[in-house]
Order: sequence, then structure tokens, then C-alpha cells
Amino acid sequence: MLLIRCPYCEQERPEVEFSFAHQAHKPRPEAAGEPLDDHNWARWVYYQKNIKGVAHERWNHAAGCRKFFNAARDTVSSEIVATYKSGETPPVPESRIEGEDLSFDYENAEGGA
Amino acid sequence: MVAQPAKKQRFNALALFRNALSYHQNWEQQWRSPEPLEAYDVVIIGGGGHGLATAYYLAKEHGITNIAVLEKGWIGGGNTGRNTTIVRSNYLWDESAAMYEHAMKLWEGLTQELNYNVMFSQRGVLNLAHNLTDVRDTQRRVNANRLNGIDSIYLDAAGVKKVVPGIDLRGGGRYPVMGASYQPRGGTARHDAVAWGYARKCDEMGVHIIQNCKVTGFDIEGGVVKGVQTTKGRIGAKKVGMVPAGHSSVLASMAGFRLPVESHPLQALVSEPIKPTIDTVVMSNAVHAYISQSDKGELVIGAGVDQYISYGQRGSQHLAEETLVAICELFPQYKRMKMLRQWGGIVDVCPDASPILTSTPVDGMYLNCGWGTGGFKATPGSGHAFAAHIAKGEPTELTAPFALSRFETGFLIDEHGAAAVAH
Ligand SMILES: Cc1cc2nc3c(=O)[nH]c(=O)nc-3n(C[C@H](O)[C@H](O)[C@H](O)COP(=O)(O)OP(=O)(O)OC[C@H]3O[C@@H](n4cnc5c(N)ncnc54)[C@H](O)[C@@H]3O)c2cc1C
Ligand SMILES: [Zn+2]
Repeated sequence: MLLIRCPYCEQERPEVEFSFAHQAHKPRPEAAGEPLDDHNWARWVYYQKNIKGVAHERWNHAAGCRKFFNAARDTVSSEIVATYKSGETPPVPESRIEGEDLSFDYENAEGGA
Repeated sequence: MVAQPAKKQRFNALALFRNALSYHQNWEQQWRSPEPLEAYDVVIIGGGGHGLATAYYLAKEHGITNIAVLEKGWIGGGNTGRNTTIVRSNYLWDESAAMYEHAMKLWEGLTQELNYNVMFSQRGVLNLAHNLTDVRDTQRRVNANRLNGIDSIYLDAAGVKKVVPGIDLRGGGRYPVMGASYQPRGGTARHDAVAWGYARKCDEMGVHIIQNCKVTGFDIEGGVVKGVQTTKGRIGAKKVGMVPAGHSSVLASMAGFRLPVESHPLQALVSEPIKPTIDTVVMSNAVHAYISQSDKGELVIGAGVDQYISYGQRGSQHLAEETLVAICELFPQYKRMKMLRQWGGIVDVCPDASPILTSTPVDGMYLNCGWGTGGFKATPGSGHAFAAHIAKGEPTELTAPFALSRFETGFLIDEHGAAAVAH
């Protein structure tokens, strides 16, 4: 189980208090200056970056303060690099294509890190 | 130069006897491990069951044998070798029923067709209903199945007890069993044997099985795929079929497009072996538990998916615990058993719990993914349908509904009820 630091409660709490709320910093088409057509709507609603590596994601402290915040988390090791409040700039960039920023291939390591 | 076929010895009782005389030291190699050629007519990415089946049916049904299957690890080492092996076809919507029932029909002849014992055991599958909503949904699904000619039966609680004498219908007071859907033709199969059986037949027809060969990029010119970059160098391809399961987004992003899938860990565990106690498959979507018993006597138990995206191939402890709690409520006699092994796989889950079989924004590149938590049962059907799609270069009746375009048209195939997390 992950230990997640809620940036509002300023506490590390067990994962079961939180719900994962998918990709962060995903603007609606209009907000990104794009037309609100079927193509862009599908991308906003359904499409995900689904990054392998460090990803920016939304979490909700569902059984705590109930606020949404963001996390930069490594989707291979599950290490939470940072959590930050909604509206704040991400403290670390996302990985681009698979594992580029990883110094260690967790996937093939027995037992993992 | 093209790949060369090689006739295989047949597996049968006589061969078993003959090989016993030489202490089983002289069985022939099941498939070769050739170095990649410069180019192929079709390159399949992903040596799981679906990728190997695609190559097999391309060779067998469409006469295309100049094929390479590229696998970054070993064949069947992905979800194909990690699943709980449940096979059934009782899905709600016509499009899925057609796909999964197509697979079921192929399963029924697969051992003979491949001359390889995939240990397909039609021991029946039950999906439990624990409350009135479950009961209504289940009855609706059973009726839809029957309209599609699928052997689906609704059992009331007493009917469940008859098929599964070991179950506690009170579910420990927490998960009362009110009924179930029952598909007698459903069951289990030996997952590794499926990969090996297809690989052996592929090799026989001259398909190259290339393991430890990871695709790292694509050569795309003017929107047309020309080849793939791999850890074994560049390999040219007229057509590319991607079947990478949990890594579908990673490969798609190498080709410059995104997908509506998320990759999550799904885990399973097996117990110490015991004498036969359960001769069917019992699943419960509501409590995220499913159980069957392997021929070795181990209870094979599947748990839920972790809520977050992960490529880490292991699930969280608390999910396994929740599943075991539910199993113990339904089968109190298993309470004192010990679990032997636990593992995870990465499943690419679609928003509508249905797969994606599609042409892509890149010409000559086709994609088969999004099978999520329940694609093992579809292996032969998916390979068969995808092979036809690749060979024709356009959707077929079976694959058309599963195109990426459904996320724009809104024609989703919502199988959360039939698939949920369980399979
Ligand atoms: C714990 C668990 C239980 C399950 N239980 C069931 C069940 O009971 N019934 C059911 O129907 N389904 C079940 N499933 C789902 C089922 O396992 C999958 O849907 C199915 O096996 C997918 O098959 P595949 O061939 O597409 O994927 P895989 O077998 O995962 O094959 C994909 C292959 O692609 C390879 N690959 C990825 N990236 C690259 C690259 N860059 N280059 C080269 N190769 C690459 C991978 O190494 C992998 O071997 C379960 C899954 C899990 C994890
Ligand atoms: Zn909080």
C-alpha cells in the first residue's frame, strides 16, 4: 500500500484514504484553444498519456479532507516523487517515452525496489 | 530470403511411449530461435497468446508465412502466463458475444488443431449474484446470451449449491449468494500451453519466433510504416501488428499516437495443493474474487486491480487480503489454508471494458490491445479476427465494432457488468 502525503493535510496517510483520479493537467479542449468537436472531446474524456515513468496524476483525499491534489509518481517503482496542490506548477517534469528517466529497470528485477 | 517451414513430429501416445524408452532425452525442439531477417511481410509485436495466435492464423488462413513475432522477454511471459485461465463467452452485447463465442468455438477444437494439449477443461463457470441488482443484471445478461445462442443458464441459490456443494450460501452473512449465471461450456485452459502450442505451429509453417527482442521505435515515412527498431537492429516490415497488452500506450507513443487505455496491475495467487474440492469455476464481480482448482490441486485465486497506473508487474498486499477475506466468507473450509505464490501482470484497461482491434493513424500499422483483465478467454478468436483484419488491411465484421473510432462516435461496448474486474 502506498503512503501518500496530502499537501493540504500535510500528513502522510495510507493509500486506502485516497482515490486515484487519473491524468493531471489535462485542459478541456476550449481551455486549450481547440474546437469542442467529437475528436477533441474523445481525447479529453477517454484518452490518457498512460506514461511509463514519472507521471503527473490527480488524487483525491477521499476519506480525509476530500480535496483534489496532484502527484508526480513513478509508474514503474510507484515512488511518489512529490505531491503538490491543485493549480501549482509540477515540481518535476514527466517522463516522455518508456522509462527514459529511469536509472533502473524495475520491471525485470526480482522483488523490485 | 524468407523463413523456412519445418515439419514437426506429431504428439501422440505412441510418440510418448517411444520417447519414454530414451528417458525423454530426444524430444525435438518445439520452435527454433532464428536471427531476424532484414525484412518480413508482417511483423507482430508481442509474443503473448494473442500475438502468436495472430501469426498462426495469418499463416494458416491467409497464406502469409513471412512473419516475425518479436517478443521483448520470453513468449507467454506477459499476461498470457500470468492469468487465472478462465474461459467463457457470456458477455452482454452482441458485438462482444460474437467475439468471445467465436473464441469459444475455436477453443473447443484447439488441442486437436494445434496437436498440443492446451488442457481445455469445460468445467463450467458461475458468476455469483449477491443482491437484487446483481440478480436483475445477471438475468438480463443470461437472456441476452441465450438470444445469441450462448449456453447461459440462470441458477437460483439452490441451483448454485447443487453445482458448488462447498459454497456457503450465507457468504458468512456478508456476501449472501442469491443466484448466479452459469455457462457449462466455460472453464479453464493451461495458459502456457496456449502460447507454446501456437508457437510450435507457427514455427512449423515458417514463422520466426524471436525472443529477447524489444521494439524500441518505428520507421515511419509519409505516414506509412516501413519497419521497426529493435534491440536486435532494424527489421523492415510491410505491415506491423502490435499486440503488446500492458505496454500498448508505450508502443503507440513510439508511433506518435495516444490511446484511451490505462495500465494497471492485476494480481493472482495460488494456495498449497489439496485434494479435489471444487470442480468448476466460481467468480464474483461484487467481491472481486474468483476461484478454481488446478490439476495440481492448488486453488487458483484472482484478485482486483490496483486503482493507480503501474507498469511494475506486482499488486498491493491489501487487495490480495480483501479477496482472500471474501473467498473465506464464501468457502469457510479454506480458512486455514496457506497461499504459496502471488504475482501480478499489467493489464491495459479500456473505459468500456472492451478491447481495441483497429487500424491506426499510421498506414500498415494495426493494433490489438485493451483486453484488460479478461482477454485470455479470447486468445484464439482475437488472433483469428485480427489476422483477417491485417491480411485484408481493413476491418472485418468481427473487428469493426472494436475500432478506436467508437470513442468518438459514442458507440461504446460497455461490458463492465460482464467483465468487471473478474473474467
Ligand atoms: C492476474 C491476471 C489474471 C487474469 N485472469 C484472466 C482470466 O481468468 N481470464 C481471462 O480471460 N483473462 C484473464 N486475464 C487477462 C489476460 O491475461 C490478458 O487479457 C491476455 O493474456 C492478454 O494476452 P496478450 O497476448 O495480448 O498479452 P501478453 O501475454 O501480455 O503479451 C504481450 C507481450 O508483448 C510483449 N511486449 C510488450 N512490449 C514490447 C516491446 N516493446 N517489444 C517486444 N515485445 C513487447 C510483452 O513482453 C508480452 O509478452 C488476467 C490477467 C492477469 C494479469
Ligand atoms: Zn487531505
